[in-house]
Amino acid sequence: MPKCSRRHFVKALAVGVGGSPLLSVFAATPWRYFTVAEAERVDALCEQMVPGDEDPGAHDARVVRFIDQQLRGPYRQHQADYRKGLMGVDETSRELFARGFLELSWEEQTEVMRALESGKAKGNTWKNQSASAFFNLVRNHALQGFYGSPRHGGNRGYASYRMLGLDYPQIIGQNRYR
Amino acid sequence: MSLKRVNAVVVGAGAGGGVVAKELSEAGLSVVLLERGGWPNFEAHDHDELISQRVTVLGNAFGPDDRRHRRVVSNGNGGWRVVVPSDGAYNNNAACVGSGTVSYGAMAWRFMEKDFKLRTTYRSVAGSTLEDWPITYQDLAPFYEKAEWEIGVAGETGADPFAAPRRQPYPMPPFPHNQEGLVLEKAAQELGLHPFPIPMLRNSVPYRGRPACIKCRYCVGFACEVNAKCGTHNTVIPAALATGNCQVRTESVVSEVVIDDRGRACGVRYFDAENRLQYQTADLVVVSASATETARLLLNSQSKLFPNGAGNRHDWVGRNLQGHAYTGAFGLFEEDRYDDVGAGATIAICDYNHGNPGMVGGGMLANEFIRLPYLFSGIRPPGAASWGRDHKEFQRKYFRRCVRVVGPVQEMPVFEARVEVDPVVKDDWGIPVARISGSRHPNDIEVGNFLAAKAEAWLKKAGAFQTWQTGAGRGVSGGQHQAGTCRMGNDPKTSVTNPHGQVHDIDNLFIADGSLHVTNGGFNPALTIMALGYWVSDYIKRGWKGSRFRS
Repeated sequence: MPKCSRRHFVKALAVGVGGSPLLSVFAATPWRYFTVAEAERVDALCEQMVPGDEDPGAHDARVVRFIDQQLRGPYRQHQADYRKGLMGVDETSRELFARGFLELSWEEQTEVMRALESGKAKGNTWKNQSASAFFNLVRNHALQGFYGSPRHGGNRGYASYRMLGLDYPQIIGQNRYR
Repeated sequence: MSLKRVNAVVVGAGAGGGVVAKELSEAGLSVVLLERGGWPNFEAHDHDELISQRVTVLGNAFGPDDRRHRRVVSNGNGGWRVVVPSDGAYNNNAACVGSGTVSYGAMAWRFMEKDFKLRTTYRSVAGSTLEDWPITYQDLAPFYEKAEWEIGVAGETGADPFAAPRRQPYPMPPFPHNQEGLVLEKAAQELGLHPFPIPMLRNSVPYRGRPACIKCRYCVGFACEVNAKCGTHNTVIPAALATGNCQVRTESVVSEVVIDDRGRACGVRYFDAENRLQYQTADLVVVSASATETARLLLNSQSKLFPNGAGNRHDWVGRNLQGHAYTGAFGLFEEDRYDDVGAGATIAICDYNHGNPGMVGGGMLANEFIRLPYLFSGIRPPGAASWGRDHKEFQRKYFRRCVRVVGPVQEMPVFEARVEVDPVVKDDWGIPVARISGSRHPNDIEVGNFLAAKAEAWLKKAGAFQTWQTGAGRGVSGGQHQAGTCRMGNDPKTSVTNPHGQVHDIDNLFIADGSLHVTNGGFNPALTIMALGYWVSDYIKRGWKGSRFRS
């Protein structure tokens, strides 16, 4: 019997179970850990951490993909922090602006970020989880995804290395960006 | 059942153990070199900043892994927490053949004459177990020389006016300064200081069959892509294997040195690559597992005569854990100072190692190795943004315009800064893990602040328009420069080994790593650990009678 790959397995299940809504959501998500809605929020948080300007930001560098991959690997222990923290971000957004984080303007999002960073963010979640600790976690992960090696899913197109004028891979005697 | 008996079993294939394996196998002893990790493999992690030995957010490039290894560290308030190797508090050293000498920055310092005589030089220091080494610089000098020539050092002979006398020049010419080095050289001369090129365990020219350094951006934290960095894994350990007398067993985790009822070492028990418990008997045992793991192994080796651990009759094993507080300053410049020429650190001064007014000791100052992009994202002046537009703008504007001068403070040994064995927590093999506690001596903070101010003044003279200092905290020391936990000495009541690394009362048990350091110098300690490997080996060889060791 040929080895059954994950893709075949999912496909077979999807056919077999037919229209199960749960499974179709599972099969459709491009993420390893996040739900589609969570990934959108992480993407927006990371873009605040490293905004696009004349150089790509976290969104264009696909930092969310980096974080999603690591949450199935070395960052496994932070899965719950993200799941709960992302709910907290929306709670704080509603407290401040009566809308979810994704519905806010850039400036309003920045204000939510400041509230999280200061640890003074309002919301049920932050009664038993530190908002500033979550903020620091996302910031560190965003900077790792943006400035780290592209092999882990972020820093797409060597975005940050290009910004700094660092050849990658570095080939002595040759300079590709300048 | 035990494995075929050998003359010597060496635990740990790092800076000390690699040297010992070569020296003993060349002298005709049969040697088994046990290493808990594997052979280093550059390709596995390439130039991946997030999995290096310097930035470990996705793991340690050369181990140990987070799955099987752990330690317990004091949280400073009487509580304890369990940490894994990628956590900075673990105080990790690489777990692979070559250990830290694979991924180090490779500075090749000889300690200064006074570094062996701190007690005589400065008298006693309250709250410190400060003592002279039982050996002098002159004792160790021939073995420093051997390390420099056999493993390979590039440096400018005679350029450091404070250096101890030497018989032979460095075997390789020095590395030229990069742009940072040139700017700092001029400024140091204007300040009346004495700058010189840092001696490096890295080939400036092809040497002993390995190529010259290509000066890439990645060095400290990584294996060398072209094999130009000189560690024990590509010099003395291959030489040991070439004798036919040495076998390296990787993925071998030693749990115990077996001591018989008469107080002699019989061999070691270890878990092999398939996690089977093995018993390797030997005529003599050399432990060179680094200051933390050597102390842990001795404490875990309990016997009738030494119920509290081998060599621990007077409670000195694991004491006096030292490392280096690194203090210095950053400076921002109006023009590019970064030229993408690695490894980055090229220039040093030893003007502040000794003779600082009203202070005990000091340290070397040097420009820093290249800070890669993620590491640099954590470097900002006080009060600067740690995220957002301004943070990114700083990265873009100053990545090439930021210079760091920094150096290791010669720390005062503290009896309560220590490695113990945790009573509860065990590693994946069921071996009780190391537990680390204590704090730095206040003198380290004071000297650190002094060095930081000197670093800042140097950067200002070099034209930095904005500077800021970085000091040290009181937290327990250790890290990659860990040392001091099995101090050598003449008095068995206040030391663990005699001046030759031979454990008091156990004639055929030796230590050959940074654990022996009475004090740890104001320098990176790798070359000193290598020299001690030669020093201890020399003593063993002189006492070797063909079938067993006689003291």
